[in-house]
Amino acid sequence: MSGGTQTAAAQPAAPGVGPPLWLLLELTYRCPLHCVFCYNPTDFARTGPELSTADWLRVLREARALGAVQLGLSGGEPLVREDLEAIVAEAHALGFYINLITSGVGLTRARIAALKAAGLDHIQLSFQDSTREMNDFLSSTRTFELKSQVAALIREFGYPMVLNVVLHRLNIDHVAEILAMAEALGAQYVELANTQYYGWAWRNREQLLPSRAQLERAEAATQRFRERVAGRMQIYFVVPDYFETRPKPCMNGLGSVFLAIAPDGIAMPCHAARMLPGLDLPSVRAADVRTIWYESAAFNRFRGEAWMKEPCRSCPERTKDFGGCRCQAYLLTGDPDNTDPVCELSPQHALVTAAVARAERGARSPSGAREQVLVFRDHRTSIPVVTEDGGGHR
Amino acid sequence: MTELAETVKPAIAHGLKLQWEPAQDAHVLLYPEGMVKLNGSAGAIMSRCDGARTLADIVADLERSYGLTGLAADVRAFVALALQKRWLELRE
Repeated sequence: MSGGTQTAAAQPAAPGVGPPLWLLLELTYRCPLHCVFCYNPTDFARTGPELSTADWLRVLREARALGAVQLGLSGGEPLVREDLEAIVAEAHALGFYINLITSGVGLTRARIAALKAAGLDHIQLSFQDSTREMNDFLSSTRTFELKSQVAALIREFGYPMVLNVVLHRLNIDHVAEILAMAEALGAQYVELANTQYYGWAWRNREQLLPSRAQLERAEAATQRFRERVAGRMQIYFVVPDYFETRPKPCMNGLGSVFLAIAPDGIAMPCHAARMLPGLDLPSVRAADVRTIWYESAAFNRFRGEAWMKEPCRSCPERTKDFGGCRCQAYLLTGDPDNTDPVCELSPQHALVTAAVARAERGARSPSGAREQVLVFRDHRTSIPVVTEDGGGHR
Repeated sequence: MTELAETVKPAIAHGLKLQWEPAQDAHVLLYPEGMVKLNGSAGAIMSRCDGARTLADIVADLERSYGLTGLAADVRAFVALALQKRWLELRE
C-alpha cells in the first residue's frame, strides 16, 4: 500500500473542472498595519461595503456544498471583524479545516478562547510590518512584546506556533536575527516568504526587490540556523520568483482549485485577480458560488489552454506551470495572456532581469534607495493612486 | 526505524483532521494550509487510527472488513510512513 498523493498535483487543469477545494475569505480590507509589501489592491479604500455576517455564512455553505474544504480567513486583519467567531463556528459545523491568517493585533485571551471553542483549527501569525518590528525586537520595544504575548497564547491554546515573515531588500540582511526572534517567540514553523510583487508591493517594488547576493546570504544564514535547530523548528525559505528561470504554477492554474472572496463580495480566481483588465469578476451578492465557479466568464477565462500565446501554447511545460502568473504577465507586459516574463523562454524575460539588475544597483547604493519613497498601505494613500506602475518600466 | 510493535495505538496527529469528502470521492487528510487526498487503502487504514485500537486490532479489522488475509506487513509499512510524515502519532 502506498501513501496519498498531493491533491494540488492531482487536479487536472482541463477539461473536467474540479471543485474549489481552497476557499479564501478576505473578510475585510481594514487593518491596523500599513505594510509596504501588502498584496491588497492599492485602491482598496474605494471598494464597496463589506459583506454582512449572513452573506459570509451563505458563501461558506454554498462553497462547502461544492466541495471546498480548506478555508483561509484573512484580510486586511480578520480580527477586525467582530463576527469572526460566528464565521468560524459555521465553517466548523460545515466541516472546513479553518486557517486564520493574522497579524495577532487584537488576538486577546478572550478572543482566542472563543475562536478555539468555535472550532478554529490553525493560526498563522504573520510578522506584517517586519521592518519596524525588527527594530522593535532589537530594541525590545512594544510591538515585540505584543507579538510575544500572542505567540504565548497561541501555544497555550494548543496550536502549533507558525510564523510567517515577509522578506524584502530592507530586512533580508537580518534573516539570522529574524530567525532568532522566531525562536524567542517559540515558533515551531517559520515561513520566510520573499515578497511577491502585487498591489502595494508592486508599487514599492523598486525599493523592495533584494539583490542576488542578499538572497544568497539569506539562504546561507537560513541553512546555518536550520542545522542548529534541527528537530525543533522547521524553516521554509520561499525564493522570489524574479530570480527563477521558470514561472510558478500560479494557483495551479486559475479556476482550478482556488477561490477567493474579497471583502465586498467580489469572487476572484486568485488574490490579485482584481487588477486584471477585462475580467468581469462576479459578486456573491448577485450570484451563488456554484454559478460563479462553473459558469461565469471570469472563472472560465483562464481555464484550459485556449487562451495561451506562444511560447506557452506549444511548450511541453505548459501542463506543469500553466504559463505562470496571469497578474504578473499583466503587470510586467501589459497583457495577461502573455507568458509570465519570469520564464526565461518569454520574449519579455528582460523585463525581469532588468528589475533584478536595478535591484543590484539599489542594494549597493543606499542613496539610490532614497530616490523613491516607500508608500505605506493606508486608507489615505489608497485613494489618490499617484503612480500605478510604481516606476517599474524603464 | 525500529519495527513497530503490534500494541502501538496510532492516532491522527494533533491539529490534523481526517474526513470523507464526497466531492473528491476519497478520505482527505487536512493540515495547516494543505491537504492530502488519500487512496483507498490509505484511507481505510487512517480512518481506523483512532488512538484506541492497536496496530493488531487495525489489521484484524481490515482483514475482516475486506475478507483478506496477510495485510499486517502492508499496514505496518503504511503506518510507519504516516508516522514519519507526521500524519499519525502514537498514543499510550
